[in-house]
Amino acid sequence: MSAIDPVVLFFVLGVAAGLARAELRLPAAIYDFVSAILLLSIGLKGGMQLATQPVGNLLGNVALVLLLGVLLPLIAFPVLRFAGRLPRADSASLAAHYGSVSVGTFAVAISYAARQGIAYEEYMPLFVVLLEVPAILVGILLARGVSRTTRWGPLAHELFLGKSIVLLLGGLAIGWAAGPEGLEPIAPFFFDLFKGVLALFLLEMGLIASAQLSGALRYGLFLVAFGLLAPLAFSVIGIGFGMLMGLSPGGVMLLAVLAASASYIAAPATMRTAVPEANPAISLTASLAITFPFNILVGIPLYHRLTELLLNG
Amino acid sequence: MERHLRRLLTIITEASIERSLISDLKAFGARGYTITDARGQGHRGKRALDWEHSGNIRLEVICDAALADRLAAHLRERYYDHYAMILFVQDVEVLRPEKF
Repeated sequence: MSAIDPVVLFFVLGVAAGLARAELRLPAAIYDFVSAILLLSIGLKGGMQLATQPVGNLLGNVALVLLLGVLLPLIAFPVLRFAGRLPRADSASLAAHYGSVSVGTFAVAISYAARQGIAYEEYMPLFVVLLEVPAILVGILLARGVSRTTRWGPLAHELFLGKSIVLLLGGLAIGWAAGPEGLEPIAPFFFDLFKGVLALFLLEMGLIASAQLSGALRYGLFLVAFGLLAPLAFSVIGIGFGMLMGLSPGGVMLLAVLAASASYIAAPATMRTAVPEANPAISLTASLAITFPFNILVGIPLYHRLTELLLNG
Repeated sequence: MERHLRRLLTIITEASIERSLISDLKAFGARGYTITDARGQGHRGKRALDWEHSGNIRLEVICDAALADRLAAHLRERYYDHYAMILFVQDVEVLRPEKF
């Protein structure tokens, strides 16, 4: 078996084609479709496993995951604001992006775990949902304070009814209600095709990342360094939380990946309306052009090693 | 056939604020609007419409001159500082004035 997961090679192809300005553009509808399938598959898989165990046992871990989601942006913000000397709005927006999660990165990590034969708690997708929102809320508060002018109604709508939350939670609920046997008829579409769908998704992500890549240096070396070092530091925090929660080694690794990943769907959309004075290009460049490729290509195997090291140390 | 003069307000802006724009339009009393996806390039960079929030929209409203002015002033006040937005107003002739 070759060392590199072929789905990762699709990402590399996308980046290369984008940089070479090849005549390659997937229609936006394809991207929407493919990402919807990924979100539903991940949700269904997690929900299916939730069906087989008492949910009450998870409450302590749910609280810890929410705490992790609040903690990460609070760590990132002062670093960006004082070490990076970024404006308050931009620091808060970046903190929200890095505290929140990337489902795409999580999907690649699942694929990695499957290839390596790593077992993990199958309900991990629940944690993806839980980690998505708190950091964005903290980011808005960091930027605005508790301001009366913030219109929370539309923001809450965007936060809790965004595509990723609805499809992940929806998938979890359907998986939970139907159980493993109930899902069998749709398993070929959602589970067997998962890798192929992920490959297409990563091809498109490669094209998108390459378009952002040209801006990577425009915002200075600090942003590049942050995009590479923040995921490393956060993965260690994720490992710590995973150990605290008593997860299996595979579960600890996946939590490290979640902590290390940065949002590029929910956070940009919400921050754009909640904190308009933040430059959206800075966060998107860091998250998409630096951190996402780093996590896909280097980060996931690295967090795997780190997990093994820290668990056995 | 009798023709009536109205204003056509065209707004080209970020897709991410579509919802908030529509609620503004309704609050100001616009009777209808048309939105199309748009691509292009301006001084805030290229908008390629290749995924989620990178796209632009082109929003068109036909209304009377007073409303067009009020809307234009409000949009300038509320969005110009932080969002990529182009706005222009043209005179148009309509056949059914009661609609606009």
